[in-house]
Amino acid sequence: MKSLVIAEHENAILKPETSKTIHAALKVGHSVDVLVVGDGVSALAQQVAAIAGVNRVLLADNSVYAHQLAENTADLVVSLASDYSHIFAAATTTGKNTLPRVAALLDKSQLSEIIDVVDADTFKRPIYAGNGIATVKSLEDVKVITVRASAFELQGEQAPCEIQAVDAVIESNNSAFVSISQTESVRPELTAAPVIISGGRGMQNGENFALLEGIADKLGAAIGASRAAVDAGFVPNDMQVGQTGKIVAPDLYIAVGISGAIQHLAGMKDSKVIVAINKDPDAPIFQVADYGLVADLFEVLPALEQAL
Amino acid sequence: MKILVPIKRVIDYNVKARVKADKSDIDLANVKMAMNPFCEIAVEEAIRIKEAGNATEVVVVSIGDKACHEQLRTALALGADRAIHIDTDQKLDSLHIAKLLNKLVEQENPELVILGKQSIDSDNNQTGQMLAALSKRPQGTFASEVVISEGKVNVTREVDGGLQTVSLSLPAIVTTDLRLNEPRYASLPNIMKAKRKPLETVAADSFGVDLSPRFELLQVEEPAQRQGGVIVDDVAQLVEKLKNEAKVIS
Repeated sequence: MKSLVIAEHENAILKPETSKTIHAALKVGHSVDVLVVGDGVSALAQQVAAIAGVNRVLLADNSVYAHQLAENTADLVVSLASDYSHIFAAATTTGKNTLPRVAALLDKSQLSEIIDVVDADTFKRPIYAGNGIATVKSLEDVKVITVRASAFELQGEQAPCEIQAVDAVIESNNSAFVSISQTESVRPELTAAPVIISGGRGMQNGENFALLEGIADKLGAAIGASRAAVDAGFVPNDMQVGQTGKIVAPDLYIAVGISGAIQHLAGMKDSKVIVAINKDPDAPIFQVADYGLVADLFEVLPALEQAL
Repeated sequence: MKILVPIKRVIDYNVKARVKADKSDIDLANVKMAMNPFCEIAVEEAIRIKEAGNATEVVVVSIGDKACHEQLRTALALGADRAIHIDTDQKLDSLHIAKLLNKLVEQENPELVILGKQSIDSDNNQTGQMLAALSKRPQGTFASEVVISEGKVNVTREVDGGLQTVSLSLPAIVTTDLRLNEPRYASLPNIMKAKRKPLETVAADSFGVDLSPRFELLQVEEPAQRQGGVIVDDVAQLVEKLKNEAKVIS
Protein backbone atom coordinates (compact mmCIF):
# COMPACT_ATOMS: atom_id res chain seq x y z
CA MET A 1 0.00 0.00 0.00
CA LYS A 2 1.39 3.36 -1.02
CA SER A 3 0.30 6.97 -0.77
CA LEU A 4 0.71 9.71 -3.36
CA VAL A 5 1.04 13.38 -2.41
CA ILE A 6 0.68 16.09 -5.03
CA ALA A 7 3.27 18.81 -4.31
CA GLU A 8 2.00 22.36 -3.78
CA HIS A 9 4.04 25.08 -5.43
CA GLU A 10 3.64 28.42 -7.12
CA ASN A 11 5.90 29.56 -9.93
CA ALA A 12 8.30 26.76 -9.09
CA ILE A 13 8.62 27.91 -5.46
CA LEU A 14 7.87 25.09 -3.07
CA LYS A 15 5.14 25.94 -0.56
CA PRO A 16 5.23 24.80 3.08
CA GLU A 17 1.85 23.09 2.52
CA THR A 18 3.71 20.32 0.65
CA SER A 19 5.76 19.33 3.68
CA LYS A 20 2.72 19.47 5.95
CA THR A 21 0.67 17.34 3.56
CA ILE A 22 3.51 14.79 3.53
CA HIS A 23 3.30 14.75 7.34
CA ALA A 24 -0.41 13.92 7.10
CA ALA A 25 0.26 11.19 4.52
CA LEU A 26 2.98 9.61 6.68
CA LYS A 27 0.49 9.36 9.56
CA VAL A 28 -1.44 6.82 7.46
CA GLY A 29 1.62 4.55 7.74
CA HIS A 30 2.24 3.77 4.07
CA SER A 31 5.27 4.69 1.99
CA VAL A 32 4.84 8.13 0.43
CA ASP A 33 5.57 9.16 -3.15
CA VAL A 34 5.29 12.82 -4.14
CA LEU A 35 4.21 14.01 -7.58
CA VAL A 36 5.67 17.33 -8.72
CA VAL A 37 3.69 18.77 -11.65
CA GLY A 38 4.67 21.97 -13.43
CA ASP A 39 6.92 23.66 -15.94
CA GLY A 40 10.61 24.08 -15.04
CA VAL A 41 10.21 22.34 -11.70
CA SER A 42 13.20 19.97 -11.64
CA ALA A 43 14.97 21.99 -8.93
CA LEU A 44 11.78 21.87 -6.93
CA ALA A 45 11.67 18.08 -7.25
CA GLN A 46 15.12 17.98 -5.66
CA GLN A 47 13.88 20.01 -2.73
CA VAL A 48 10.95 17.63 -2.32
CA ALA A 49 13.28 14.62 -2.48
CA ALA A 50 15.05 15.98 0.60
CA ILE A 51 11.89 16.20 2.73
CA ALA A 52 12.00 13.56 5.48
CA GLY A 53 9.82 10.54 4.79
CA VAL A 54 9.53 10.87 1.02
CA ASN A 55 10.16 7.51 -0.67
CA ARG A 56 10.23 8.63 -4.30
CA VAL A 57 9.51 11.78 -6.29
CA LEU A 58 7.61 11.61 -9.57
CA LEU A 59 8.45 14.56 -11.78
CA ALA A 60 6.08 15.67 -14.54
CA ASP A 61 7.92 18.66 -15.96
CA ASN A 62 6.34 19.98 -19.13
CA SER A 63 5.07 23.29 -20.48
CA VAL A 64 1.51 21.89 -20.64
CA TYR A 65 1.54 21.80 -16.83
CA ALA A 66 2.72 25.41 -16.47
CA HIS A 67 -0.41 26.70 -14.75
CA GLN A 68 -1.54 23.40 -13.22
CA LEU A 69 -4.92 23.54 -14.94
CA ALA A 70 -7.25 21.05 -13.27
CA GLU A 71 -8.18 19.38 -16.55
CA ASN A 72 -4.56 18.41 -17.32
CA THR A 73 -3.33 17.69 -13.81
CA ALA A 74 -6.35 15.56 -12.90
CA ASP A 75 -5.91 13.30 -15.93
CA LEU A 76 -2.21 12.98 -15.14
CA VAL A 77 -2.90 11.97 -11.53
CA VAL A 78 -5.53 9.47 -12.67
CA SER A 79 -2.99 7.90 -15.04
CA LEU A 80 -0.70 7.26 -12.05
CA ALA A 81 -3.40 6.34 -9.53
CA SER A 82 -3.47 2.55 -9.92
CA ASP A 83 -0.39 2.17 -7.68
CA TYR A 84 -1.88 4.03 -4.74
CA SER A 85 -4.41 3.49 -1.95
CA HIS A 86 -4.33 7.12 -0.80
CA ILE A 87 -4.01 10.31 -2.84
CA PHE A 88 -3.39 13.55 -0.98
CA ALA A 89 -3.21 17.22 -1.88
CA ALA A 90 -3.09 20.32 0.28
CA ALA A 91 -6.45 22.10 0.65
CA THR A 92 -5.16 25.15 -1.21
CA THR A 93 -7.01 26.64 -4.17
CA THR A 94 -4.90 24.41 -6.45
CA GLY A 95 -5.58 21.23 -4.48
CA LYS A 96 -9.27 22.04 -4.09
CA ASN A 97 -9.56 22.70 -7.81
CA THR A 98 -7.90 19.49 -8.95
CA LEU A 99 -8.52 16.74 -6.44
CA PRO A 100 -12.34 16.43 -6.62
CA ARG A 101 -11.90 16.09 -10.38
CA VAL A 102 -9.44 13.24 -9.74
CA ALA A 103 -11.87 11.62 -7.28
CA ALA A 104 -14.81 11.70 -9.68
CA LEU A 105 -12.71 10.33 -12.56
CA LEU A 106 -11.74 7.44 -10.27
CA ASP A 107 -15.38 7.07 -9.14
CA LYS A 108 -14.38 7.71 -5.51
CA SER A 109 -15.79 10.04 -2.90
CA GLN A 110 -13.39 12.60 -1.47
CA LEU A 111 -12.60 13.74 2.07
CA SER A 112 -11.94 17.48 2.19
CA GLU A 113 -9.70 19.39 4.60
CA ILE A 114 -8.81 16.64 7.05
CA ILE A 115 -7.29 17.88 10.31
CA ASP A 116 -6.30 14.50 11.78
CA VAL A 117 -5.57 10.92 10.74
CA VAL A 118 -7.20 8.34 13.03
CA ASP A 119 -6.20 5.32 10.93
CA ALA A 120 -5.77 4.47 7.24
CA ASP A 121 -9.55 4.64 6.66
CA THR A 122 -10.68 7.14 9.30
CA PHE A 123 -10.09 10.87 9.40
CA LYS A 124 -11.29 13.96 11.23
CA ARG A 125 -12.53 17.04 9.42
CA PRO A 126 -14.34 20.21 10.44
CA ILE A 127 -17.89 20.80 9.24
CA TYR A 128 -20.35 23.71 9.63
CA ALA A 129 -17.60 26.36 9.60
CA GLY A 130 -15.65 24.46 12.23
CA ASN A 131 -18.56 24.23 14.69
CA GLY A 132 -18.42 20.43 14.51
CA ILE A 133 -15.52 18.02 14.09
CA ALA A 134 -16.65 14.96 12.17
CA THR A 135 -14.89 11.60 12.41
CA VAL A 136 -15.47 9.97 9.06
CA LYS A 137 -14.63 6.45 7.88
CA SER A 138 -14.16 6.10 4.16
CA LEU A 139 -15.54 2.91 2.61
CA GLU A 140 -13.60 3.51 -0.63
CA ASP A 141 -10.67 1.31 -1.66
CA VAL A 142 -8.83 4.43 -2.83
CA LYS A 143 -8.97 7.41 -0.50
CA VAL A 144 -8.81 10.82 -2.13
CA ILE A 145 -8.08 13.46 0.50
CA THR A 146 -7.29 17.15 0.82
CA VAL A 147 -5.35 18.22 3.90
CA ARG A 148 -5.75 21.36 5.99
CA ALA A 149 -2.04 22.15 6.19
CA SER A 150 -2.33 24.32 9.33
CA ALA A 151 -3.28 21.18 11.31
CA PHE A 152 -0.03 19.36 10.49
CA GLU A 153 3.70 19.92 11.08
CA LEU A 154 6.58 20.68 8.76
CA GLN A 155 8.76 17.61 8.07
CA GLY A 156 12.51 17.67 8.61
CA GLU A 157 15.16 16.81 6.03
CA GLN A 158 16.62 13.58 4.70
CA ALA A 159 19.25 12.43 2.20
CA PRO A 160 17.51 12.96 -1.16
CA CYS A 161 15.48 10.03 -2.49
CA GLU A 162 15.09 8.88 -6.09
CA ILE A 163 13.47 11.19 -8.65
CA GLN A 164 11.64 9.49 -11.48
CA ALA A 165 10.48 11.35 -14.58
CA VAL A 166 6.87 10.98 -15.69
CA ASP A 167 6.67 11.37 -19.44
CA ALA A 168 2.89 11.58 -19.85
CA VAL A 169 1.91 14.83 -21.56
CA ILE A 170 -1.78 15.53 -21.12
CA GLU A 171 -3.27 18.68 -22.52
CA SER A 172 -6.94 19.48 -22.49
CA ASN A 173 -8.30 21.23 -25.57
CA ASN A 174 -11.25 22.85 -23.84
CA SER A 175 -9.49 25.01 -21.27
CA ALA A 176 -6.60 27.45 -21.56
CA PHE A 177 -4.69 29.77 -19.27
CA VAL A 178 -5.16 33.48 -20.06
CA SER A 179 -3.46 35.51 -17.35
CA ILE A 180 -2.57 35.80 -13.70
CA SER A 181 -2.36 38.88 -11.51
CA GLN A 182 -0.47 38.22 -8.35
CA THR A 183 -0.81 40.31 -5.25
CA GLU A 184 2.63 41.75 -4.49
CA SER A 185 3.78 41.36 -0.94
CA VAL A 186 7.11 41.50 0.85
CA ARG A 187 5.62 39.99 3.98
CA PRO A 188 5.40 36.29 4.87
CA GLU A 189 2.55 34.42 3.31
CA LEU A 190 -0.62 34.35 5.40
CA THR A 191 -0.94 30.59 5.62
CA ALA A 192 2.71 30.17 6.70
CA ALA A 193 3.24 33.25 8.90
CA PRO A 194 4.05 32.70 12.60
CA VAL A 195 2.30 35.97 13.48
CA ILE A 196 -0.72 37.54 11.77
CA ILE A 197 -2.28 40.92 12.40
CA SER A 198 -5.71 41.33 10.80
CA GLY A 199 -7.95 44.32 10.34
CA GLY A 200 -11.72 44.41 10.04
CA ARG A 201 -14.44 46.90 9.32
CA GLY A 202 -13.28 48.94 12.30
CA MET A 203 -10.24 50.03 10.28
CA GLN A 204 -12.70 52.34 8.45
CA ASN A 205 -10.71 52.54 5.19
CA GLY A 206 -7.85 51.04 3.22
CA GLU A 207 -5.36 53.78 4.15
CA ASN A 208 -5.70 52.93 7.82
CA PHE A 209 -4.35 49.44 7.14
CA ALA A 210 -0.98 51.25 7.04
CA LEU A 211 -1.32 51.43 10.84
CA LEU A 212 -0.88 47.64 10.88
CA GLU A 213 2.28 47.70 8.76
CA GLY A 214 4.69 49.08 11.35
CA ILE A 215 3.54 46.47 13.84
CA ALA A 216 3.72 43.72 11.21
CA ASP A 217 7.29 44.80 10.37
CA LYS A 218 8.37 44.60 14.00
CA LEU A 219 6.77 41.19 14.54
CA GLY A 220 7.64 39.69 11.13
CA ALA A 221 3.89 39.26 10.72
CA ALA A 222 1.60 38.81 7.74
CA ILE A 223 -1.38 41.15 7.40
CA GLY A 224 -4.84 39.64 7.08
CA ALA A 225 -8.38 40.95 6.93
CA SER A 226 -11.95 40.02 7.69
CA ARG A 227 -14.53 39.61 4.94
CA ALA A 228 -16.10 42.90 5.98
CA ALA A 229 -12.82 44.72 5.26
CA VAL A 230 -12.48 42.97 1.90
CA ASP A 231 -16.08 43.58 0.87
CA ALA A 232 -15.74 47.24 1.81
CA GLY A 233 -12.83 47.42 -0.63
CA PHE A 234 -10.18 48.24 2.02
CA VAL A 235 -7.85 45.43 0.90
CA PRO A 236 -7.68 42.72 -1.81
CA ASN A 237 -9.58 39.51 -1.17
CA ASP A 238 -6.57 37.21 -0.99
CA MET A 239 -5.93 38.76 2.44
CA GLN A 240 -9.21 37.37 3.74
CA VAL A 241 -9.09 35.02 6.71
CA GLY A 242 -12.18 32.89 7.26
CA GLN A 243 -14.39 30.05 6.09
CA THR A 244 -14.37 31.40 2.55
CA GLY A 245 -10.84 32.82 2.65
CA LYS A 246 -7.71 31.36 4.16
CA ILE A 247 -7.56 29.08 7.17
CA VAL A 248 -4.63 30.02 9.39
CA ALA A 249 -3.19 28.80 12.69
CA PRO A 250 -0.25 31.05 13.60
CA ASP A 251 1.42 31.29 17.01
CA LEU A 252 -0.07 34.74 17.48
CA TYR A 253 -3.17 36.22 15.81
CA ILE A 254 -4.01 39.85 16.49
CA ALA A 255 -7.56 40.83 15.46
CA VAL A 256 -8.03 44.58 15.18
CA GLY A 257 -11.48 46.06 14.70
CA ILE A 258 -12.92 42.61 13.93
CA SER A 259 -16.19 41.67 15.64
CA GLY A 260 -15.62 37.92 15.31
CA ALA A 261 -18.40 36.58 13.07
CA ILE A 262 -18.72 32.78 12.76
CA GLN A 263 -17.13 32.79 9.29
CA HIS A 264 -14.08 34.72 10.48
CA LEU A 265 -13.58 32.55 13.56
CA ALA A 266 -13.69 29.47 11.29
CA GLY A 267 -10.48 30.72 9.71
CA MET A 268 -8.40 31.56 12.77
CA LYS A 269 -9.68 29.99 15.97
CA ASP A 270 -6.94 27.34 15.98
CA SER A 271 -4.29 30.02 16.43
CA LYS A 272 -2.16 29.38 19.53
CA VAL A 273 -2.66 32.83 21.06
CA ILE A 274 -5.39 35.26 19.99
CA VAL A 275 -5.36 38.96 20.83
CA ALA A 276 -8.45 41.08 20.19
CA ILE A 277 -8.44 44.86 20.03
CA ASN A 278 -11.96 46.24 19.78
CA LYS A 279 -13.85 49.13 21.31
CA ASP A 280 -17.03 47.07 21.69
CA PRO A 281 -16.71 45.00 24.90
CA ASP A 282 -19.55 42.74 23.70
CA ALA A 283 -17.86 41.81 20.41
CA PRO A 284 -17.88 37.98 20.05
CA ILE A 285 -14.15 38.03 19.28
CA PHE A 286 -13.48 38.48 23.01
CA GLN A 287 -14.98 35.03 23.68
CA VAL A 288 -12.11 33.35 21.83
CA ALA A 289 -9.37 35.86 22.62
CA ASP A 290 -6.66 34.98 25.12
CA TYR A 291 -5.96 38.67 25.63
CA GLY A 292 -8.51 41.35 24.95
CA LEU A 293 -8.06 45.09 24.94
CA VAL A 294 -11.23 47.18 24.91
CA ALA A 295 -10.10 50.43 23.36
CA ASP A 296 -10.09 52.56 20.24
CA LEU A 297 -7.77 50.94 17.72
CA PHE A 298 -6.61 54.32 16.44
CA GLU A 299 -5.10 55.02 19.85
CA VAL A 300 -3.90 51.49 20.50
CA LEU A 301 -2.10 50.75 17.22
CA PRO A 302 0.47 53.59 17.37
CA ALA A 303 1.09 52.85 21.05
CA LEU A 304 1.53 49.15 20.31
CA GLU A 305 3.99 49.87 17.52
CA GLN A 306 6.01 52.04 19.92
CA ALA A 307 5.95 49.46 22.70
CA LEU A 308 7.31 46.64 20.52
CA MET B 1 -28.19 29.35 -24.19
CA LYS B 2 -29.55 27.45 -21.22
CA ILE B 3 -28.00 27.75 -17.76
CA LEU B 4 -28.49 25.16 -15.05
CA VAL B 5 -28.00 26.25 -11.44
CA PRO B 6 -27.91 23.60 -8.70
CA ILE B 7 -28.84 25.04 -5.29
CA LYS B 8 -28.72 23.60 -1.78
CA ARG B 9 -30.87 24.06 1.29
CA VAL B 10 -28.59 24.50 4.29
CA ILE B 11 -28.59 25.90 7.81
CA ASP B 12 -28.83 29.70 7.74
CA TYR B 13 -25.29 31.08 7.81
CA ASN B 14 -26.03 33.28 10.82
CA VAL B 15 -27.02 30.32 12.97
CA LYS B 16 -24.33 28.73 15.12
CA ALA B 17 -24.49 24.99 14.47
CA ARG B 18 -24.80 22.83 17.59
CA VAL B 19 -23.67 19.25 17.98
CA LYS B 20 -26.34 16.75 19.12
CA ALA B 21 -25.96 15.47 22.66
CA ASP B 22 -25.36 11.90 21.42
CA LYS B 23 -22.61 13.20 19.07
CA SER B 24 -24.28 11.56 16.07
CA ASP B 25 -24.44 14.72 13.97
CA ILE B 26 -25.25 18.43 13.97
CA ASP B 27 -28.70 19.18 15.41
CA LEU B 28 -30.90 20.60 12.65
CA ALA B 29 -34.25 20.26 14.43
CA ASN B 30 -36.07 23.62 14.48
CA VAL B 31 -33.10 25.42 12.97
CA LYS B 32 -33.64 28.16 10.41
CA MET B 33 -32.72 26.95 6.92
CA ALA B 34 -31.90 28.99 3.83
CA MET B 35 -30.32 28.84 0.40
CA ASN B 36 -26.55 28.28 0.65
CA PRO B 37 -24.93 31.74 0.22
CA PHE B 38 -22.69 30.61 -2.64
CA CYS B 39 -25.74 29.19 -4.44
CA GLU B 40 -27.46 32.59 -4.16
CA ILE B 41 -24.48 34.07 -5.97
CA ALA B 42 -24.76 31.36 -8.65
CA VAL B 43 -28.47 32.11 -9.18
CA GLU B 44 -27.74 35.84 -9.36
CA GLU B 45 -24.99 35.34 -11.94
CA ALA B 46 -27.22 33.17 -14.13
CA ILE B 47 -29.96 35.78 -14.02
CA ARG B 48 -27.51 38.58 -14.86
CA ILE B 49 -26.25 36.57 -17.86
CA LYS B 50 -29.85 36.15 -18.99
CA GLU B 51 -30.59 39.86 -18.46
CA ALA B 52 -27.52 40.71 -20.56
CA GLY B 53 -29.09 38.74 -23.42
CA ASN B 54 -26.59 35.88 -23.27
CA ALA B 55 -29.00 33.22 -22.01
CA THR B 56 -32.55 32.23 -22.86
CA GLU B 57 -33.44 30.07 -19.89
CA VAL B 58 -32.30 29.61 -16.28
CA VAL B 59 -33.20 26.26 -14.72
CA VAL B 60 -32.63 25.68 -11.01
CA VAL B 61 -32.34 22.25 -9.41
CA SER B 62 -32.14 21.07 -5.83
CA ILE B 63 -31.62 17.59 -4.43
CA GLY B 64 -33.16 16.61 -1.11
CA ASP B 65 -36.51 16.17 0.57
CA LYS B 66 -39.62 18.20 -0.19
CA ALA B 67 -38.49 21.05 2.07
CA CYS B 68 -36.08 22.26 -0.62
CA HIS B 69 -39.12 23.46 -2.64
CA GLU B 70 -38.83 26.58 -0.45
CA GLN B 71 -35.34 27.36 -1.82
CA LEU B 72 -36.39 26.51 -5.37
CA ARG B 73 -39.33 28.95 -5.08
CA THR B 74 -36.90 31.57 -3.78
CA ALA B 75 -34.72 31.07 -6.86
CA LEU B 76 -37.79 31.34 -9.10
CA ALA B 77 -38.73 34.58 -7.36
CA LEU B 78 -35.24 35.90 -8.04
CA GLY B 79 -35.71 35.28 -11.77
CA ALA B 80 -35.12 31.61 -12.61
CA ASP B 81 -37.56 30.28 -15.25
CA ARG B 82 -38.29 26.80 -13.94
CA ALA B 83 -37.24 24.44 -11.20
CA ILE B 84 -36.50 20.75 -10.84
CA HIS B 85 -36.61 18.98 -7.50
CA ILE B 86 -34.74 15.67 -7.32
CA ASP B 87 -36.50 13.97 -4.45
CA THR B 88 -34.65 11.86 -1.89
CA ASP B 89 -34.64 11.45 1.89
CA GLN B 90 -31.15 9.99 1.84
CA LYS B 91 -28.08 11.86 2.98
CA LEU B 92 -25.88 12.00 -0.10
CA ASP B 93 -22.16 12.56 -0.69
CA SER B 94 -20.84 15.10 -3.19
CA LEU B 95 -20.12 12.27 -5.64
CA HIS B 96 -23.77 11.13 -5.57
CA ILE B 97 -24.95 14.70 -6.10
CA ALA B 98 -22.50 15.16 -8.98
CA LYS B 99 -23.71 11.94 -10.59
CA LEU B 100 -27.37 12.93 -10.31
CA LEU B 101 -26.56 16.38 -11.70
CA ASN B 102 -24.61 14.77 -14.52
CA LYS B 103 -27.71 12.76 -15.52
CA LEU B 104 -29.67 15.99 -15.50
CA VAL B 105 -26.97 17.69 -17.60
CA GLU B 106 -27.31 14.86 -20.13
CA GLN B 107 -31.09 15.42 -20.27
CA GLU B 108 -31.18 19.19 -20.24
CA ASN B 109 -27.89 19.83 -22.02
CA PRO B 110 -27.22 23.32 -20.59
CA GLU B 111 -24.27 25.21 -22.08
CA LEU B 112 -23.35 26.49 -18.65
CA VAL B 113 -23.78 25.04 -15.17
CA ILE B 114 -23.11 27.49 -12.33
CA LEU B 115 -22.73 26.13 -8.80
CA GLY B 116 -21.59 27.62 -5.51
CA LYS B 117 -17.97 26.81 -4.64
CA GLN B 118 -18.97 25.07 -1.42
CA SER B 119 -21.93 24.52 0.85
CA ILE B 120 -21.53 26.00 4.29
CA ASP B 121 -22.73 22.82 6.02
CA SER B 122 -20.44 20.07 4.76
CA ASP B 123 -17.75 22.57 3.61
CA ASN B 124 -16.64 20.05 0.97
CA ASN B 125 -15.97 22.19 -2.10
CA GLN B 126 -16.25 19.19 -4.46
CA THR B 127 -19.52 19.00 -6.38
CA GLY B 128 -18.72 21.41 -9.24
CA GLN B 129 -15.33 19.86 -9.93
CA MET B 130 -16.82 16.36 -9.80
CA LEU B 131 -19.64 17.32 -12.17
CA ALA B 132 -17.06 18.79 -14.55
CA ALA B 133 -15.13 15.51 -14.49
CA LEU B 134 -18.21 13.34 -15.02
CA SER B 135 -19.64 15.52 -17.79
CA LYS B 136 -16.16 15.85 -19.39
CA ARG B 137 -16.51 19.62 -19.33
CA PRO B 138 -13.86 22.19 -18.39
CA GLN B 139 -14.17 23.89 -15.01
CA GLY B 140 -13.79 27.47 -13.81
CA THR B 141 -13.78 27.23 -10.02
CA PHE B 142 -13.91 30.05 -7.44
CA ALA B 143 -15.06 32.56 -10.05
CA SER B 144 -14.96 36.27 -9.29
CA GLU B 145 -15.76 37.27 -12.89
CA VAL B 146 -17.52 35.43 -15.72
CA VAL B 147 -17.44 36.79 -19.28
CA ILE B 148 -19.21 34.97 -22.10
CA SER B 149 -18.24 35.53 -25.73
CA GLU B 150 -18.29 33.49 -28.93
CA GLY B 151 -18.63 29.97 -27.63
CA LYS B 152 -16.23 30.55 -24.76
CA VAL B 153 -16.44 31.66 -21.18
CA ASN B 154 -13.56 33.52 -19.55
CA VAL B 155 -13.47 32.92 -15.83
CA THR B 156 -11.36 34.96 -13.43
CA ARG B 157 -10.61 32.73 -10.47
CA GLU B 158 -9.71 33.67 -6.91
CA VAL B 159 -6.51 31.69 -6.27
CA ASP B 160 -4.23 31.83 -3.23
CA GLY B 161 -1.72 34.30 -4.67
CA GLY B 162 -4.17 36.59 -6.48
CA LEU B 163 -6.42 36.23 -9.54
CA GLN B 164 -6.07 33.78 -12.42
CA THR B 165 -8.06 33.98 -15.66
CA VAL B 166 -8.81 30.89 -17.73
CA SER B 167 -10.68 30.55 -21.01
CA LEU B 168 -13.07 27.59 -21.24
CA SER B 169 -14.90 26.24 -24.28
CA LEU B 170 -18.64 25.97 -23.76
CA PRO B 171 -20.26 23.85 -22.47
CA ALA B 172 -18.51 24.44 -19.16
CA ILE B 173 -18.92 24.28 -15.38
CA VAL B 174 -18.38 27.37 -13.19
CA THR B 175 -18.34 27.59 -9.39
CA THR B 176 -18.87 30.93 -7.67
CA ASP B 177 -16.77 32.71 -5.11
CA LEU B 178 -18.18 35.34 -2.76
CA ARG B 179 -17.14 38.38 -4.75
CA LEU B 180 -18.65 37.35 -8.08
CA ASN B 181 -21.70 39.53 -7.40
CA GLU B 182 -24.10 40.78 -4.77
CA PRO B 183 -27.33 38.76 -4.92
CA ARG B 184 -30.59 40.68 -5.22
CA TYR B 185 -33.60 40.31 -2.96
CA ALA B 186 -36.87 38.86 -4.16
CA SER B 187 -39.67 41.42 -4.40
CA LEU B 188 -43.15 40.57 -3.14
CA PRO B 189 -44.76 40.59 -6.63
CA ASN B 190 -42.00 38.27 -7.86
CA ILE B 191 -42.51 35.95 -4.88
CA MET B 192 -46.20 35.76 -5.84
CA LYS B 193 -45.36 35.16 -9.51
CA ALA B 194 -42.86 32.45 -8.57
CA LYS B 195 -45.71 30.35 -7.16
CA ARG B 196 -47.02 29.88 -10.71
CA LYS B 197 -43.69 29.01 -12.32
CA PRO B 198 -43.12 25.34 -13.18
CA LEU B 199 -41.58 23.13 -10.47
CA GLU B 200 -41.17 19.52 -11.46
CA THR B 201 -40.33 16.74 -8.98
CA VAL B 202 -38.47 13.62 -10.03
CA ALA B 203 -37.44 10.74 -7.78
CA ALA B 204 -33.68 10.39 -7.29
CA ASP B 205 -34.06 6.63 -7.80
CA SER B 206 -35.34 7.16 -11.33
CA PHE B 207 -31.89 8.29 -12.53
CA GLY B 208 -30.31 4.85 -12.13
CA VAL B 209 -27.44 6.19 -10.02
CA ASP B 210 -25.94 4.01 -7.26
CA LEU B 211 -26.58 6.06 -4.13
CA SER B 212 -25.14 3.64 -1.58
CA PRO B 213 -23.04 5.46 1.03
CA ARG B 214 -19.30 5.79 0.50
CA PHE B 215 -18.65 7.12 4.01
CA GLU B 216 -19.64 6.28 7.53
CA LEU B 217 -20.03 9.25 9.87
CA LEU B 218 -18.73 7.82 13.15
CA GLN B 219 -19.28 10.87 15.30
CA VAL B 220 -19.43 14.65 15.44
CA GLU B 221 -17.74 16.39 18.36
CA GLU B 222 -17.72 19.95 19.58
CA PRO B 223 -14.48 21.66 18.60
CA ALA B 224 -12.03 22.13 21.47
CA GLN B 225 -13.17 25.11 23.51
CA ARG B 226 -10.63 27.84 24.06
CA GLN B 227 -9.63 28.70 27.59
CA GLY B 228 -11.28 31.84 28.87
CA GLY B 229 -9.11 34.87 28.19
CA VAL B 230 -8.33 37.99 30.14
CA ILE B 231 -9.05 41.60 29.42
CA VAL B 232 -5.94 43.73 29.77
CA ASP B 233 -5.96 47.37 30.82
CA ASP B 234 -3.62 48.92 28.31
CA VAL B 235 -1.02 48.38 25.62
CA ALA B 236 1.85 48.09 28.11
CA GLN B 237 0.14 45.26 29.93
CA LEU B 238 -0.72 43.53 26.64
CA VAL B 239 2.89 43.61 25.46
CA GLU B 240 4.11 42.44 28.87
CA LYS B 241 1.71 39.45 28.81
CA LEU B 242 2.63 38.50 25.24
CA LYS B 243 6.31 38.60 26.13
CA ASN B 244 6.34 36.97 29.53
CA GLU B 245 3.15 34.94 29.88
CA ALA B 246 2.30 33.73 26.37
CA LYS B 247 5.92 34.04 25.21
CA VAL B 248 4.86 34.58 21.59
CA ILE B 249 6.93 37.72 21.07
CA SER B 250 10.41 38.57 22.23
